[in-house]
Amino acid sequence: MSKPCPINDHRLPTGGLIDRQRQKSFVFDGRRYCGYEGDTLASALLANGVHLAGRSFKYHRPRGIFSDGPEEPNALVEMRIGARREPNTRATMVELYDGLIANSQNRFPALSFDLQAVNQWLSPGLVAGFYYKTFMWPKKGWMFYEHIIRHAAGLGTATLEPDPDLYEKVHAHCDVLVIGGGPAGIAAALAAGRAGARVMLCDERPDLGGTLRYEEREIDGKPALDWAGGHLAELAGMPDVTVLRRTTAFGTYDGNTVGLVERVSDHLPTPAPFQVRQRMWTVRAKKIVLATGAIERPLVFPNNDKPGVMLASAVRSYIRQYGVKPGERAVLFATNDDAYRTALALNEAGAGVTVVDPRGEHGTAWPERVRDAGIEVLTGHVITSLKGRLRVKEVLAMESDGRGHKGSPRPIAADLVAVSGGWAPTLHLATHAGAKATWDEERGSFVPDMTKCRADMTVVGSANGTNTLSGAIEEGFATGAAAAKAVGKSAPDPISVEVDDPAEAPVRSLWKVEPAQGQPSKSFVDLQNDATAKDIEIANREGYISVEHMKRYTTLGMATDQGKTANVNGLALLAEARGQSIPDVGTTTFRPPYTPVTLGAMVGRHTAKHYKPIRRTPMHDWHTDAGAVFVEAGLWLRPQYYPRPGEDVHAAMRREVKMTRNGVGLCDVSTLGKIDIQGPDAAEFLNRTYSNGFKTLAVGKARYGLMLREDGIVYDDGTTSRLGENHYLMTTTTGHAVEVMGLLEYYAQVLWPELDVQLTSVTDHWAAIAVAGPKSRTVLADAIAGIDFSNQGLPFMGVADGTLDGVPARVFRISFSGDLAYEIQVPADHGHQAWKALMAAGEAHDICPYGMEALNIMRIEKGFVTHAEIDGRTTPGDLGLDKMASRKKSYIGRFLLEREALKDPDRPTLIGLRPVDGKATIRAGSILVRDPVTAGPDDMEGHVTSQCYSPTFGEPIALALLKNGPNRIGETIWATFPLYNVSVQCEITPTVRFDPDGSKVKGETTDA
Amino acid sequence: MIRLDCPHCGPRDQTEFNYGGDGRIERPGDDASLTAWNDFVYTRDNPRGPHVELWQHTAGCRQWIKVARDTLTHEIIAVGTMGDDIEAKIADPDRGGVEA
Amino acid sequence: MTHYSVFSLLKNTLGGHKGWPRAWRDPEPKARYDVIVVGGGGHGLATAYYLAKNHGITNVAVLERGYLGGGNVGRNTTIVRSNYELPGNTEFYEHSLKLWEGLSQDLNYNVMFSQRSVINLAHSDGQMDAYARRGNRMRINGIDSELLSRDEVREKAPYLSFENARFPIYGGLSQPRGGTARHDAVAWGFARAADLRGVDLIQNCEVTGFIREGGRVTGVETTRGTIMAGKVGLAVAGSTTELTRKVGLDLPIESHVLQAFVSEGLKPMIDQVITFGAGHFYISQSDKGGLVFGGDLDGYNTYAQRGNLPLIEDVMTEGVAMIPALSRLRLLRHWGGIMDMSMDGSPIIDKTPIDGLYLNTGWCYGGFKATPGSGWCFAHTIARDEPSPYNTRLRLDRFARGHTIDEKGSGPVPKKH
Repeated sequence: MSKPCPINDHRLPTGGLIDRQRQKSFVFDGRRYCGYEGDTLASALLANGVHLAGRSFKYHRPRGIFSDGPEEPNALVEMRIGARREPNTRATMVELYDGLIANSQNRFPALSFDLQAVNQWLSPGLVAGFYYKTFMWPKKGWMFYEHIIRHAAGLGTATLEPDPDLYEKVHAHCDVLVIGGGPAGIAAALAAGRAGARVMLCDERPDLGGTLRYEEREIDGKPALDWAGGHLAELAGMPDVTVLRRTTAFGTYDGNTVGLVERVSDHLPTPAPFQVRQRMWTVRAKKIVLATGAIERPLVFPNNDKPGVMLASAVRSYIRQYGVKPGERAVLFATNDDAYRTALALNEAGAGVTVVDPRGEHGTAWPERVRDAGIEVLTGHVITSLKGRLRVKEVLAMESDGRGHKGSPRPIAADLVAVSGGWAPTLHLATHAGAKATWDEERGSFVPDMTKCRADMTVVGSANGTNTLSGAIEEGFATGAAAAKAVGKSAPDPISVEVDDPAEAPVRSLWKVEPAQGQPSKSFVDLQNDATAKDIEIANREGYISVEHMKRYTTLGMATDQGKTANVNGLALLAEARGQSIPDVGTTTFRPPYTPVTLGAMVGRHTAKHYKPIRRTPMHDWHTDAGAVFVEAGLWLRPQYYPRPGEDVHAAMRREVKMTRNGVGLCDVSTLGKIDIQGPDAAEFLNRTYSNGFKTLAVGKARYGLMLREDGIVYDDGTTSRLGENHYLMTTTTGHAVEVMGLLEYYAQVLWPELDVQLTSVTDHWAAIAVAGPKSRTVLADAIAGIDFSNQGLPFMGVADGTLDGVPARVFRISFSGDLAYEIQVPADHGHQAWKALMAAGEAHDICPYGMEALNIMRIEKGFVTHAEIDGRTTPGDLGLDKMASRKKSYIGRFLLEREALKDPDRPTLIGLRPVDGKATIRAGSILVRDPVTAGPDDMEGHVTSQCYSPTFGEPIALALLKNGPNRIGETIWATFPLYNVSVQCEITPTVRFDPDGSKVKGETTDA
Repeated sequence: MIRLDCPHCGPRDQTEFNYGGDGRIERPGDDASLTAWNDFVYTRDNPRGPHVELWQHTAGCRQWIKVARDTLTHEIIAVGTMGDDIEAKIADPDRGGVEA
Repeated sequence: MTHYSVFSLLKNTLGGHKGWPRAWRDPEPKARYDVIVVGGGGHGLATAYYLAKNHGITNVAVLERGYLGGGNVGRNTTIVRSNYELPGNTEFYEHSLKLWEGLSQDLNYNVMFSQRSVINLAHSDGQMDAYARRGNRMRINGIDSELLSRDEVREKAPYLSFENARFPIYGGLSQPRGGTARHDAVAWGFARAADLRGVDLIQNCEVTGFIREGGRVTGVETTRGTIMAGKVGLAVAGSTTELTRKVGLDLPIESHVLQAFVSEGLKPMIDQVITFGAGHFYISQSDKGGLVFGGDLDGYNTYAQRGNLPLIEDVMTEGVAMIPALSRLRLLRHWGGIMDMSMDGSPIIDKTPIDGLYLNTGWCYGGFKATPGSGWCFAHTIARDEPSPYNTRLRLDRFARGHTIDEKGSGPVPKKH
């Protein structure tokens, strides 16, 4: 069983929703502590008397646990260690588990003694705008100053290791999404669920109930949590209701879509094997009910940032929910009746309490009720300062209306100051969708204005400014019922609840307490970013009067808590400084996410090798078995080369070229895009699509086609074959296969709906094998039945059907290598079989598989272009393909090709290059200039697009685009590569080096 | 998540579609001036508000469809097939059946 | 006006910071200005500043619909670079980068221009070749660039995905003089410096129409009354076509949303600006410690300053693919800006065919780094009625004439640039 906790001396003897039978040991800043199941890290620290939890961003001031929830500005810790280290984690949202390790951050060397706290002494200078006004001298000085500033800034330290945990994503639809599992949310889900709607109810906490988990309230004569528990059990029994705990709705997006993150196993030491750490839900809801409650507003007064200062509701929560006594002697500083509950809770916990309330006697029962409990209430008083270094020790209170203080300060010994300035509804998810928060002077609070909300969303409960429990429940239920009705369900029977909601006096809006005379001090508005009331005054004085300017100039609201406890006070103080009302000042925009979201959750499984899908050809396993080295080609993996023992890439690819050029080689070209085109108007369709003519292509023939964009620039190329009267097969480049398909569909459906043509992508349906080399005809004649492979039977650019190893095979006599060559297509499922059959048939001829490197070398030797030349800026003329841009017909790209710049005869045009010395490598990406030493911006005449060492010609060769190139054949030019400080003098050659007269590719003879 | 009610398939996420831009521009005839071609390829109305545009349901029926969408609010005002008169649908006050 | 100096800082610190004057005035609009610049973002403010500084034209108003710097200058990923390849872009962006290098001193406002280098990763031989071509052209243009091997990249950024990556890193192209700047400070610095030279910065003043006399634009109608002007320059990014429509001028512009993202604050982790080559992702770390990053456009015409989940998820996915350690970090905030996407991905700074009306648009993703250069060139174009040497190629008629500047080679499809 459990061993006694070493320190846990601030735990109440009884009470709380913790399980005292289940101890959890944890380490904070190297020291071991114990807590219980049900604790948060924050409550466990408080139970051990630890308030000091962090250092502030700018001044490195000591800060304590301030809240008990997502709004926490101070208690940010580095959770876990190693690859799982997770900086800036709010201790108030961390569920305690056995073995938890956390460290404080932004301090050196220790939390209680931080050397950078020297910034506090510099703080008179480090006000808003400081950095904009300085560090400008000397001119290059900023890089030096910045280095120091960067290291002082930042909060926690990120791990640099890959995340060992798994994440996943879920897509869901529902009728009603209820966000927030407090009383209003439970009631809304209950109503919708009883009506039979598909309901999702989510809450960011590990358990539902919201404020009912710590408020001593009764519903229908029973403890409120029992009421909640009963209804949650009922919801759990409904088949169409999904309740998600530990699930934060972080953003509202178009289409009534809400993003949620479920922290599946963050409460465990590590996820179980195959269990995900977090799960992102994309929920498309017909109706959204926002029951996100409200966040208590702190008060702005001198030295209000000391450890021991805590939101009043958080104090209640720590006492009642976690059985923790956060202080022995407390002062409650509050401007509203609701916070008086904290005085009672403290009193019950045995802590001394004094209430400081700036309001005068205001006629509700609350002050009397508290006084009856023996608690002193100082009405018409404020706190003018706090004393203590690492923890509050003393409170100074004065009689005051907030501005004009009277008399002398009264010291009150205290180690805890509970503060409450009213409430701010949590409207983030509504404002994401265009709702506005408008100021309700009467309630002293923002309330939602949903008139411009794009989402089908209703706000209920305290998020809607409804501040009675009965009101929240009734509103939630009615809204849930209405939502169910709106999606076609019949309304459930109404419920009524009996709740004692005592009358409360209005909140007094007290935005700032001035310091007493002669007390230099800071009054913090944004605790995390150290933005003070004075910063706001400075921003205003310097003219940064727009609320967005103030926010950005002071950085108020821009820390990891996004100003959840700071924004309203900041706005009010800006309004005061400007002498305007809060509505006149306006509000800043809440940006998603509501609370920070782990990136990994939004990535799911698409990490590392799974970043993008991997496409493999039907012959992939053969290549693997043959020892191929693969290279990424878009999503595809393609064999780059097939090394034999002792070969490097260069040796392998040169051998592959030689074996192909001298005998026969085969290459997997299955990745090429293939589109099946059928219909009576298919010929007309192709004729309009390609820049060259396609109307005259005979059945059984293939033709090279060039496709332009509408702006006259070459887009793609490939061969298209006519398989039948109304049947064509188009091939595209690997890279454009998907896009070309969409484009052709655009032409067929949008531009030319009058054409009767059908398009089907068959890229994945056919495996394709190029068989090249002088012996290709011999091998194929052996391997493939039913085709006359003679030059007459299957001439260059001919297409025929045959049978390969019993499998139907299409044979195209086309060549990308310049040799006699064919392309064989077989149904994809037979690709592997066909490849093996061809290898077997070619064995006697020393057939050689070749990869992308050899393919590339051979196409450069032949002067064929690829994406290196078709780079989205070249015209047909630039590529030496002028004749393929028809002057006789209308086609895509025809007309803008007529523009002046595209017809300029001086445009860089494709040529070949060889080094004058026959040896030097002409690097791709080299720039062509007449003089590499003097070349300036206006002297660049072109660039090298592709290069290789040609095994066939025994020297490096290249393709390049050169101004007026074709008229400069035989001249020399320099290919300069300033990045490596090398230049190569080159001779300008024709593009086609290999088989310039086409005798081999069209050839009669079979080289045997 | 923008949701489009594909006239062929029903309501679907934006991720199933490919955006095709302004749906009101028309490809000029062969005898049109270079200026007309230039306008067709380069000039866009780009309104802030209702915008008729083309989307292709690439992960579904592969059909190009017309969508009238408000570019400020992302409200889907109307959807139609390429053959539908989307301008009439926009004008119809009782549009009905449009997925939010 | 107080000059920001060590002396003024000390003096004001001792005085409790009560002596700082306003950074800029809040004037009522006058009846007439020599030049009205519409748009109080970075480009508009810079234009006004350089009109005054370089051309002595100080009777200038900047009219801003909302608050100064509230548009894209305040909602970008703060990257500054001039690593372009094509004529038109190279000379313009390098001119802009040179202005950045002295901007804090010129404006007497620390814009925190940090030359921490910009590295573009390559993930294939083809990409390395393309970067080599770009880097070589940059060198010949006098722009710094370095081609990095895989090992050199690894030395600079060891946390990148070097193991088990779907698309291995082959190397990269670096521009050491590239970096980041503090975006708000750029707007405020230009605003303060323009104001100092007599420019009227008029906020909450939306232009609703143009006054025309004999075809010429001679003034604007605004929500704060009619204001006459000798010349009117538009620097309103994504809202450009909404204004040009009022004078019947059609443009090669579409408005798209580009989302930007920031993580929680962290101790120094990423030193450079790094871009992913196997997707579209770029990241740097701000001086406050937040990782600032972005990716592609959402991909549809929009004027909404917000995007949608699919793109957000894509960006996170690309980020984690490039830097696996990002997975455990948290996204703090995301937002969107409306990009004036041109049809070739490059900007337009030019006179319009309408007398008295000048155009500054088409910034696509590149607007922030262009801020000083754009203002400098636009001011020149407005003042002299002809382009400066740095924007002679950034003309509006380049589309009709075929002189498009298409760095990506993706053609007249704005969402692809």
